Amino acid sequence: MFSGFMMNTWIVASIVALVAGVVGFFTVLRGSAFVAHAVPQGAFAGAAAASLLGMNTLLGLGVFALAAGLGIGVLGRSGRHDVVTALALVVMLGLGALFLSRSVEYAPEIYSLLFGEVLGVSRSQVAPTSVLALVCIAGVLLVYRPLMTVSVVPEIAEARGLSVYRMEMLFLVLVALATSMTVPVVGALLMFSLMIGPAAAARSLTDRPLVAMTLSVVLALLTVWLAIAASYLSNWPVGFFVGALGALSYGMARGWLFLRKPLTRSGAITPGGALGT
Amino acid sequence: MPGPGASDAQSDPGARDPVLEVEGISVSLGGREVLGEVSFYLLPGQLTGLIGPNGAGKTTLMRVILGLQAPTAGRVTLAGRPHSSGRRPAGYVPQKVVLDPDMPMRARDLVALGIDGHRFGIPLPSRSRRQAVEEMLEAVDALHLADQRVGRLSGGEQQRVLIAHALVSRPSIILLDEPLASLDLRSEQEVVSLLARIAERQKIAVLISAHEMNPLLPVMDRIVYVAGGRAASGTTEEVVTTEVLSSLYGQHVDVLHVHDRIVVVAGADPGREPRSGA
Amino acid sequence: MGQMSTLVFAPGFFHSGAVGVAVAVGGAVAVVSACVGVFTVIRGQSFAGHALSDVATTGGSGAFVLGVSPLTGYVVLGLAAAAAMDLVGIQRARGRDVATGIVLGAGLGLSALFLYFDTTMRATTGATMTILFGSMFAISSSTIPLIAVLAAVALGVTALVYRPLMLSSLDQEIARAAGVPVRLVGVLYLLGLAIAVALSAVTIGAILSTALLVGPAATALRISRRPATALALASLIGVGSVWLGIVLAYDSFYWPPRGHGWPVSFFVVTLVFVFYLFTEARVLHRLARSRAALARLAARFAVHRQARIQAGG
Repeated sequence: MFSGFMMNTWIVASIVALVAGVVGFFTVLRGSAFVAHAVPQGAFAGAAAASLLGMNTLLGLGVFALAAGLGIGVLGRSGRHDVVTALALVVMLGLGALFLSRSVEYAPEIYSLLFGEVLGVSRSQVAPTSVLALVCIAGVLLVYRPLMTVSVVPEIAEARGLSVYRMEMLFLVLVALATSMTVPVVGALLMFSLMIGPAAAARSLTDRPLVAMTLSVVLALLTVWLAIAASYLSNWPVGFFVGALGALSYGMARGWLFLRKPLTRSGAITPGGALGT
Repeated sequence: MPGPGASDAQSDPGARDPVLEVEGISVSLGGREVLGEVSFYLLPGQLTGLIGPNGAGKTTLMRVILGLQAPTAGRVTLAGRPHSSGRRPAGYVPQKVVLDPDMPMRARDLVALGIDGHRFGIPLPSRSRRQAVEEMLEAVDALHLADQRVGRLSGGEQQRVLIAHALVSRPSIILLDEPLASLDLRSEQEVVSLLARIAERQKIAVLISAHEMNPLLPVMDRIVYVAGGRAASGTTEEVVTTEVLSSLYGQHVDVLHVHDRIVVVAGADPGREPRSGA
Repeated sequence: MGQMSTLVFAPGFFHSGAVGVAVAVGGAVAVVSACVGVFTVIRGQSFAGHALSDVATTGGSGAFVLGVSPLTGYVVLGLAAAAAMDLVGIQRARGRDVATGIVLGAGLGLSALFLYFDTTMRATTGATMTILFGSMFAISSSTIPLIAVLAAVALGVTALVYRPLMLSSLDQEIARAAGVPVRLVGVLYLLGLAIAVALSAVTIGAILSTALLVGPAATALRISRRPATALALASLIGVGSVWLGIVLAYDSFYWPPRGHGWPVSFFVVTLVFVFYLFTEARVLHRLARSRAALARLAARFAVHRQARIQAGG
């Protein structure tokens, strides 16, 4: 399980989990799960285009992920955000369908792009993934506070001179970056699970923002490691385990919150006991 | 009881310089003039009420002061300097803030964002920031809420945390948009006396918008009354009169004094105008 | 005239049985999706709609494993996912996108597994493509009765709850106060949604069915504010997109390089998006016009004032 070619898998998958945990934290905080779902799927069309033109898959993924993210941001200014996200998503997928229909060798390729081919990570993927991950994490840490302010109290942030629109665009670029590096490894459909599951579970476990982000990374790492091990042993697709573990950790965290709630409730000094429903 | 601003003026005449001047502001939205030729000023240490019926343009006026809405005419001067898009010395508590109860964020984290929420980089632990946050939470009687999830606090508690968030960067002005709406009677009185105390102790100008002036009457130093797209400012005695308000509304209104409350009624008979010496 | 029609409709268009089925089924599905979609957009549940369609993929791939018709799989899993979403609470606005995301993630994981079984155990390599991107020209005419029944059920349910659903979509509290069983109405609507999604999954593919659901409805709602008009308009746009898409896809067999058609789903999705962009342009145009009018007014006012000042001075 830890032989030569599997080492690449472990390294790349860990980097992917790190990024998914960090970006996923803000995705969940901002309630942007749909965007986090749409951008990777849109990027999938880019991979199809790249393979049709015989270019580097990573380039196709990056360009399409950026296009999807920025398109959603721009159109979202005048239209409903969820509607625009849905439309951007299906247009990208429509293009993907077109490119795939033109290409000759599609069946296994499309399957691995959608659902991940974690056991086939090559040595050449390690370097670009690491670089993209560094850029992505540095980006998140750099804008941590303004992004937090804009996500939590947008009206006040505007009054303090922070542009909500610009921060939103920046966030979408970060999601796009995270996407283009993770899609070849966990696949477009499951990149999303890796971003949402751990982050959603983490926020049920702690009240502190930075601790929640760290926990989200830890849970993402655990999810990926367990999924790879299970996939290696059973030969079942890694995506299945990522999705199942994501739902499982979320369910367990909700259960924990449910058990813990009465404690915080009685410990709270709230006159009138008026807690949010 | 003399207003806190009045006692300041005696001890420190310099504090009488207005921190904010609004001169001849007009705003048109969608081709319709919402505000016309509005002028007033705010003094440090004073609590000013921005009073007017719903839809009179109170929020728009606040947005102009904050630099979020460009006026079609007039100008806003902050601390003697014209409005710039740089650092804004005004704290702001908007009318509706929805805080997700599932968000992992304690009251102290939200207040800390008020200090450096616009700066790049992740927050490193700092004793001075921790101290500033706790002082401010103490000032709004919310220190005991510091480690609770902010989204799970009650409306009145969230209000106090947001006030701490707005104050922690030590602005010279704080604007509160309808802070009393959706509060019960007791929290309403608590917030009002809290704001009066803050104005007095921290020597900052407080502007509170409200559609109901009565809760603010005991603490309000000055009033800006907005109606019919125009505004009148001064002390309550100067502004809240039948003559001034009738000219603002463009129709006859009566100002009735009932016990310690003021009631503005439209369309009553001008002949039977009860006047009580307030 | 005859020449004109061969230019638009490639030879054999009207004699192909597959095309006839595609036109009939596609039209019906477009109407159902558009009508249900209007509510999806009003309720802000586009993500839930999309998630249902993605989870329907799970059903489709599971159906291949079991060897039953994909439509059965779509409907069964769609209904199961709708129930799961109701349980995790997507009816509430707060936190529902995370709840939706978790159901979606689990569903996608399952479909990865089913597709893996499809390819390894049954060696049906085309399954992935068919399920994900649909095959409108490959709908067997034997499924038409089932499709017709499902379409009727979805439309019937929507018509049944039309008024209470509209009320509870606009404001849950008002609806509750008016005595509307908000939860039941929400569940019935999810039922209609699941069926609509399953139907459009058969025609343009599971992961593209969101296009028919959200696109025409969002476009219609931007043009018309009246619910009834929006329903009619959305149906019109949906049917237009599907039929035009079918014509183009059929014609594309004769486009260079010859003999290799373009996928119908691509045309349908693109047309839906183009319609939406039209409204975007319309909104921008209206905005530009009102700005220009404002500028004209301001200029006239300035001239007027200048004249007055000169007269006074």
